[in-house]
This record gives sequence, C-alpha cells and structure tokens, in this order.
Amino acid sequence: MTLIISFLLIPLAVMLLIPFSNPKWKSLISLAGIILNAGISGYFAVLTLLGHYFSFTFPGSLITGEIPVRIDALSGWFILIINLVFITGSMYGLFYIKAYATQKNNLTMHNIALIFVHAASIYVTVVQNSLAFLIGWEILAISAFLMIILEHEKTATLKAGINYLIQSHFSLIILMIGFMWIAHKTGSYDFTAIQSYSATVPATASMMLFLIFFIGFAIKAGFVPFHTWLPYAHPVAPAHMSGMMSGVIIKIGIFGMLRMLLIIKTDYYTIGFIILLFSVISGLYGVMLAILQHNLKKLLAYHSIENIGIIGIGIGLGCIGLGSNNQVLTTLGFTGALLHTLNHALFKSLLFYAAGNIYQTTHTLDIEHLGGLIKRMPQTAILFLISAIAISGIPPFNGFVSEFIIYTALYSWLGNANLVSVLSAIFTMAALVLIGGLALLCFTKAFGVVFLGNARRRLPDSCKEVSIGQLIPLYFITLLIVLIGIFPQAFIQFLSRPVNLFTISGLPDNNPFDGGIFDSLQSINFAAMGLVILITFLLVFRRFVLRHRTSANEQTWGCGYSAPTSKQQYTAGSFVRTYSKLFQAFFILGKEEKNIQGIFPVSGKFVTHPYDKIERWLIDKPLKNYKSFMGRFVFLQNGKLQFYILYGIVFILSVIVFPLIYNNLLALFDFFKNL
Amino acid sequence: MLSLILILIAATFFSGIIIRTKSLASGRKGPGIFQPVSDVIRLFRKGVVYSKTTSFIFRIAPTIYFASIIMAMLTIPFGQNKGIISFDGDFIFFAYVLALGKFFSIIGALDTGSSFEGMGASREALYSMFAEPAFFILMGSLALLSGHTSFYQIFAALHLGSQISYALAILATFVLLMIAMIESSRMPIDDPKTHLELTMIHEVMILDNSGFDLGLILTAGYLKFAIYGALIVNLFIGSIPLQYSVPSFFAIQFLLAVSIGLIESFMARFRMSHNPQFIVALTSVSLLIFFAVLLILEKFI
Repeated sequence: MTLIISFLLIPLAVMLLIPFSNPKWKSLISLAGIILNAGISGYFAVLTLLGHYFSFTFPGSLITGEIPVRIDALSGWFILIINLVFITGSMYGLFYIKAYATQKNNLTMHNIALIFVHAASIYVTVVQNSLAFLIGWEILAISAFLMIILEHEKTATLKAGINYLIQSHFSLIILMIGFMWIAHKTGSYDFTAIQSYSATVPATASMMLFLIFFIGFAIKAGFVPFHTWLPYAHPVAPAHMSGMMSGVIIKIGIFGMLRMLLIIKTDYYTIGFIILLFSVISGLYGVMLAILQHNLKKLLAYHSIENIGIIGIGIGLGCIGLGSNNQVLTTLGFTGALLHTLNHALFKSLLFYAAGNIYQTTHTLDIEHLGGLIKRMPQTAILFLISAIAISGIPPFNGFVSEFIIYTALYSWLGNANLVSVLSAIFTMAALVLIGGLALLCFTKAFGVVFLGNARRRLPDSCKEVSIGQLIPLYFITLLIVLIGIFPQAFIQFLSRPVNLFTISGLPDNNPFDGGIFDSLQSINFAAMGLVILITFLLVFRRFVLRHRTSANEQTWGCGYSAPTSKQQYTAGSFVRTYSKLFQAFFILGKEEKNIQGIFPVSGKFVTHPYDKIERWLIDKPLKNYKSFMGRFVFLQNGKLQFYILYGIVFILSVIVFPLIYNNLLALFDFFKNL
Repeated sequence: MLSLILILIAATFFSGIIIRTKSLASGRKGPGIFQPVSDVIRLFRKGVVYSKTTSFIFRIAPTIYFASIIMAMLTIPFGQNKGIISFDGDFIFFAYVLALGKFFSIIGALDTGSSFEGMGASREALYSMFAEPAFFILMGSLALLSGHTSFYQIFAALHLGSQISYALAILATFVLLMIAMIESSRMPIDDPKTHLELTMIHEVMILDNSGFDLGLILTAGYLKFAIYGALIVNLFIGSIPLQYSVPSFFAIQFLLAVSIGLIESFMARFRMSHNPQFIVALTSVSLLIFFAVLLILEKFI
C-alpha cells in the first residue's frame, strides 16, 4: 500500500521539482523518477510472474466508489515491458534532448510529461475501476500529446499532435460508452461487475460489449482502419518518444484487449475470427504502405501497424483456441502474442533510436537524401541492421522466435477438423509469409539506401557517430534481442503465468507449458547457436585464407562507364518501383514529374507522394462532407452580438419551457392515440 | 547425416550436368561435368578486388549467405534418416534461414552503390517474396496430410495413407522445382547466361564480387540446387529401403538437372513484368495441392 502511494507521489514530486531546477538537471530528475517508479512497479511485476497476486482497495471518492488495484501476471508482463522501454528510452533521451537545451520551458514541459506518460501507462495496467481507468487513460493521452509536440514551432508537428489528440479522445469516448453500459446495468464501476454482467447476458450482447472495447483499444493500438493517427504522430515526435510510443503506448491498446478478453465472458470463437480478420488486414496493409514511405520514421510507424497485426494474429488464434477448447492452440496463440509484444517493443524502439541518431547528425529523415552512412556511423548502422533483421523475423534474432510460435499455432490449428478453420489457417499462414517477405523488401530498402552506397546529397561535415553514452541503451536493447533469439526457452518461462490466465483450466498452479509444446524452442536454440558459430567460423576462416592474398580497391563496375555520380545510384523509389506498380490498387501514389528534354543537361525531378487509401475514404472524405454540411449553418456564426444574445435567450427559454409543457405534450399524444 | 553427404555429392555434378545438357542440346560438346567445381576451386585460390564504395557489409555478405545455405542444408532429411537439425516446424526455420542469406545478398549488392546491382537486388527481393507463400502452403498441405510438422516426419509418413499421395507428390515436385528455379535465379524467371546487365537478376547482384567471395556465392548456388533436388527426392522415397533410395536419389537428381538443362535450352526467359504473375500462379498450384489434401481427408463434407 505504502509502495503504491509512493508510486503516485513520485511523479508529483518530480513535477514540482523540475520547473525550479537547472535545465541540465531536468532530464536527469525525470529519469531518476522513472527509475524509482520502475523499481516499485517492477518489484510487484516480477513477483506476479513468479506466481503471486496482489490486490489492494483504495477508498476512492463518492463518485468513483472503491478503487481496486489488482496486479496479476498479465499486468506484470506489461509493466516489465513498459519499464524496460521507458528506462532505455529516457536514458537515450538524455542525449537526444541536448539539442533543445536552450528551450527551457519546453524542456520542463517535456520532462514532466515524460514521467506522467510512464506513470499513467503503469497505472492503467493495474487499476480496475472504470472511472479511475478512464482518468489514467486521459492523462496518458494528454501527456503523450505534450511529448509529441516538442517541436511545436513546426506546423506539421502541431497538426500531427492534434490529430493524435482527437483520435485518442475518440478512443476515450468509445471506451466510455462501454463502461457506461456496464455502469448503467450494474451500478458498479468495478471491473468485476463487467465479468458478472457479461456472464449473465446472451452471447450477442456480450459480444457487442467486447466489440465496443475492441474498437476503443484498437484505435490506441493502431489496428487498420483505426491507424491513421500513427503515421503522423510517430515521425514528428522526438526519437525517444517515437520509440516509447511504438514500444509501449500502442501496446497499452493490446493490453486493454487482453484484459477485456479476461473479464468479458463471451463467444470467444467468433471473437477470435473477428480479431484474426482485423489483424491480417492490419499486418498486410501496414507493411504494404511501409514499403512506399520515404520518411524513415514514417516507414517505421507503418511497420508498427504491421507488427500490431502479427500480435493480433496471435491473440485471435488464442481466442479461437479458447472457444474450441483447444488448450494447445490457446497457449501457443497467447504466448506468441505476448512474446511478440516484448520483441516488437525491443526492436522497434531500437530502430527509432537509430533513426533518431540519423536525424540528429544529418538533420533529415528523407531516405532519398541519405546514403553511405555506414562509413560515418558504423555503430548505428550495425544496431539498425540487427534490429532490421530481427523485425523481418529472421533467425538468429528474437523476431523469429515469436513468429515461429505463431506459425506453430497456425500449423496446430490446421490439424483441426473444421473446414472453415483449415481454410482460415492456410490463408492466415500465407498472409504471415507475405508479411515477412514484404518486411524483408522494406528493410533491405531502408538499410541499403540509408547506410550503404554513396551519399545521395552532400552530408553535413559534422555527420559522425554519436557519443558512446547515447549508444549504451541501444546496445543494451540489442543484447536482449540477441539473447531472446538464441535462448528463447529461458525467456519463455516468464510467460507461463500470464498465459495461464487465459488457458481453459485457469488453475493458478497450472503450467500451460507442460506437455512439451515448446520442445522445439530447445532445437531453435541449438540451430541459432549453430548458425552464429558457423558464421563466425567462416568469417575467421575467410580472414585466415585471405591474409596473404592480393586485395585491390577499384571502382564499382559500371558497364565500362568510369565516371558515375552518386545520383546514378538506385534510389528507394526505384528499388520498390516494380512492387508499387504491382500493388497500386492498395494505395494512392501521387507523382511529381519533370522530364529532361533537349540535348543539354537541365534540371529534372521525380517525386512520389504515397498516400493512405483508407485514410482518404475513412477520414478525409467524411470530414469534407461533414465540413460542407456544417458550412450551411455558418450564417448562425455571424459575429453580431445581438444574435448571440438572441441564441442565449432562445436556449434559456427552451430549457425552461420544455419541462413545463412536457406533461401537456404527453397528454396531447395520448389524446391522439385514443383517437 | 546421410542426407548431408548425399547433397554434397549431388552438388558437385548438378550444375555440370545442366551445363552439359545445354551444350549438347545446342550441338556443342561442352565442358566436363565437374568443370563448375574446378572453377570454384580456382576462385578460392585467387585474390580479391573490392569496390571503393563498399563497406564491411560487402565483405561479410557472401560468407553469411553461404552459411545460411549450409544451415538450411542441415535440416533436410533423407527418407527414414533425420536431418542433423530436426524439430517440429523445422521447415519454417529452413525458409527463414534462407531469408537471412537473401537479406545479406541483397544488402551486399546495394553496398556497391551500382544502379545495376540495385536493380537486381530489388527484383530478387520481390520475386523471392512471391515464391514463399507457395512453399508454406505446400508444406502446410503435406503437414495436414501426414499429421506432422517436421521435414523428417512429414516425408516418412507421407505415403503411409494411400497411393493418391504419389499424385500429389508429382504436383509438389512441380512447385518445388519452380521454387528452386526462382531461388537459384534460372529460367524461366532469370537467364544466367544473358549478356546484358539490365536483364539479369542474380548475376547482376554479384557483378562486383570476386575471388574467394565469388567462389562462396557460386558454391552456395550449387548447394541450393542440390537441396531442392533432395527435397523433391524426399517426396517419393519416404518408405523405400536404403539400397534402392540412394541410387534413386542420384537418378532423380540427374533427371532434374537434365530437365532443367532442357528447359533452359528450349525456353525463352519471361518478360520481367510477367514474372510476378507466373510466381503467383505457383501459389495457386500449391492451393490446388491443398484442396486435394482436403479432398483426401474428406474435409469437404
């Protein structure tokens, strides 16, 4: 209890301390606060993963009623992910934020928001009172908004931030509707009321309830078609915030879904198919658009949508397993989803931090302007390469492990007797393979164009590797990526408690991993180690063989042309041109073209602007129609004070008069009915 | 272990036979069938030339590509004999470890900063992506049919049920052969003997590699052929005793090499823009196998 109260007091203390401290100390204070809070919450989290369960009840207020704080293994798993990403992110942020050292007020706001984002993320994973939950949700949304708009002097940043704010509130409203439903029917804000209520109503009603929460959380998580805020908010935010947002904040949406699955008793089988459908679409659509992006961080943002899709596939499979009493499928599905949540948090935050390094040194994120950075920033390049391989799901890194578990789930589902299941399994599998292949195309493009070859535009002379302090958190994340990839069975043990919450038996001491479903992870361990050893051996052998050989440096083969310029290199646009022609039905590709004419060299240009088709149909068009409809009433807003007073009077009159004549009106209706 | 040795032996003559078949078909005598091997050995003895644009990625890429092929080779079983690496879902590892090699060969090509090599890399990434669903659906169907999820168990149990599975194996042979052609960049997707950089895929990616590195890449290519050949052989020899299956392994590998040689002699390469359609058609053949499996298992009620 004391620990939890101190958890709440630390952000307040930090908030009071930061404005009065030296600008140099602001980030450090907020980092210290985060580490303290991470220590407190991590203590509970680790214990829950070992089999403990904590439940506290706070008196709350007259409006909210009692506020229960319940920390189970699911909360514990997410708390650990949150802490991991926030500690590394804020350590990275210490260095990243130095560029803004002169903007004193901005820094104050940023650092206060930082600790609030952290505290609110953990808060929503443990509080189980709907009003208190929504307050935490709102604090999370607003403080994240404040962090996104660090560079608020730029219009694009403000626009993206406001876009995020509006969509977050849309999510809030939908969640509110769900909670209001429950509160109306049961009169309680406690989450246990949802459980008892959903167990009593027919399956269609509980399914509606779940779908409401699903949409609310899907906006936060970035499922297609609720993803449109994501590709705007991530690129404009400072790099450490992008990493934390992609690593954690969208995962809070995943957490919400999993929590609702635990407490809403409904027809899991149908729900599973619905989640699966959304996830497959998110996965494919996310990566399809990611390939086209020229802005490195926007590309990564679309990849977050793809990975949310992969996590969703795991959740969907788990639900189907629950609905059809298939213990193995349930275990595999939820394990895959939860492990991929951690894995994505790791490699995506690493990718964003690497992108942050690039932005800091080159001041651009447009990959068409970059190139050859591996010679200037070799360490960042290696870190980016490792995370790029990991995110493509390739061994020996962690992405492969979670995707492997999801594949195993799919193949185990394939043995199912039902035709619909078999067909869904095979198409989901094809989609997952395609996602993997497209991710490979995308990341070879990103890595190849940014780091390899020659610079496409002149890089600033100051462009060199960032300081070692800034790289340390990145190396730490890389270490985890490699460890999970090579020793998966050691990490998977931590998941037995969270996954056990979902399994059918649900007994607290049951270990869902018994019975050898993860035996193949042992072999993956050997295979991954074998791969690493083989590569190392071959590289050493190659070095040994070549030590006395002649080695010459020449120009790249250019078909006999000996004066190539860096502009003749393949660009990101040309690398994916065939792809974009094949898949053009799925997106809008604006082109700006100026061809070279005549015999003398003149300037020419070719620029593409990829645009999201779903955004156009779901956001832009309705908004335009809404605006034009509302435009008809613009005469009401005529700026004349007399009219406004008139509106006021009309309003007050109607408020007074309507209740007075309400009964008469009813009588009138009755009279008409009797006629 | 047995499969490893057999694949290594097959790799020594596979490409030689293709080249020999092509020579004979065009009325030439052609080199001996071990010429590709001696080419590689000569390359291993040579020095290297690097492009000034390249970084260490270009130097390590061929080695990692080669290592990935070796790892993939270790998962291949032979009839009743397990591969060295064998576990439930090992074919997922097989496909993804090959993807590791692909990743490095692509970025190795991009490292040179040459637009030709960029072009080849872009095509390689796109085409291999399209080929993968076919492989996974095929393995999914075989897993469904046999009730197992590792190479060794699938192939061992494939023909226990009924004889119809041999018909499926023939269709599967077509799919695997085509995947092998795509992965090794042969006709009808890519023409290794084309003379123009603009029309190449794989060959253009390795324009700047030389000496030891080029030797590794070529060896990996030979091994890749033998690996897919071994997979195809496995489709048929599941329950046949060793004294027959080993000779039939070499016979089938030989037949495959000859048929690839014949295809390349009498067929023209597809237009680049038609390749994706062809590869997607391959996925539909896989789906056909899948539906046939459903029919056999009486899942269609």
